[in-house]
Amino acid sequence: MITLTAQCPECDADVRLPDGVMQNELISCPECGVELEVISLAPVELALAPDVEEDWGE
Amino acid sequence: MRVAMLVTHIRPEEKLLVSAFEAQGITPDVILDRDLNFDLLGDADQIAPSGRAWREYDVVLERCVSTSRGTYALGVLNSWGVRTINSFATARICEDKLLTTLALARAGVPQPQARVAFTPESALQAVEMLGYPAVLKPVTGSWGRLLARVADRDTAETILEHRQTLGDYHQHIYYAQEYVQKPQRDIRAFVLGERTLCAIYRTSPHWITNTARGGQASNCPVTPELADICARAAAAVGGGVLALDLFETPDGGLVVNEINHTMEFRNSSAPTGVNIAEAVVRFALEGAGVQA
Repeated sequence: MITLTAQCPECDADVRLPDGVMQNELISCPECGVELEVISLAPVELALAPDVEEDWGE
Repeated sequence: MRVAMLVTHIRPEEKLLVSAFEAQGITPDVILDRDLNFDLLGDADQIAPSGRAWREYDVVLERCVSTSRGTYALGVLNSWGVRTINSFATARICEDKLLTTLALARAGVPQPQARVAFTPESALQAVEMLGYPAVLKPVTGSWGRLLARVADRDTAETILEHRQTLGDYHQHIYYAQEYVQKPQRDIRAFVLGERTLCAIYRTSPHWITNTARGGQASNCPVTPELADICARAAAAVGGGVLALDLFETPDGGLVVNEINHTMEFRNSSAPTGVNIAEAVVRFALEGAGVQA
């Protein structure tokens, strides 16, 4: 299995994506801890996850 | 068999659900709520962001973390006759603590005392009629956000003034609830239809026990008493895939605190030993007429 990596848009760290990662999955940067969204898999592209909004929840 | 999952983004729960559908030989279309653009005067022939007509879906599983987007999408889809989990009617009640309280009260389901008032002055009266400590909650919201345990009149006046000054109009709907002296834990029960699949205790030294706020999950046996109150509470809001939060009262009873219609369960399969994602998928498929 190919390991996918991309740069954290916040701290530039190399982020290794988990096996079986899905498009639009939320992950955390292991370096700075910021929450990221995998906005594309081919090519791999990360963006800062949207801020939690008032109506978010269960 | 065509399934869509409507999401804000992919969290561990959505990933587990996609895998569970795939285990049944179904690849769901994942549709982002940010891509929705409904013609409200149209019908289910309208093309979804997936490229298929909404009519083609046997069921749409709504898993939006954005409550408002999810509920309105359910409203549109149900008005077109598209089957969804949960239904708009259920979501509309569960997203609103006041409507949930009314539904439970109509069904005679035990719950904490609760009042609503619309000004800081009348809200103070409401809190004092319940007695201190009381809990002030927004009628919408989740993850324990903006809950306030009100210990005395000074605290009540301060919180009410802040909400009146700083909040939008939602914060001016003063829902006040009796504070239940619970044993440093509450119960989160997972219900499919009206059947309680499993339950966890959420234990915390803090009075807010949500796992999103650090509550620790452990298995809670599904007793006949728990199964019975969950069945009645779920029926009161229309049934579906639900997570019920319950308190144990000092006299040994159970009361339903609130009901969640897009539940998180990432921390609950391990302590209960129940594959919740698989059970949700089976429930969705059986409801759509597929023997899973």
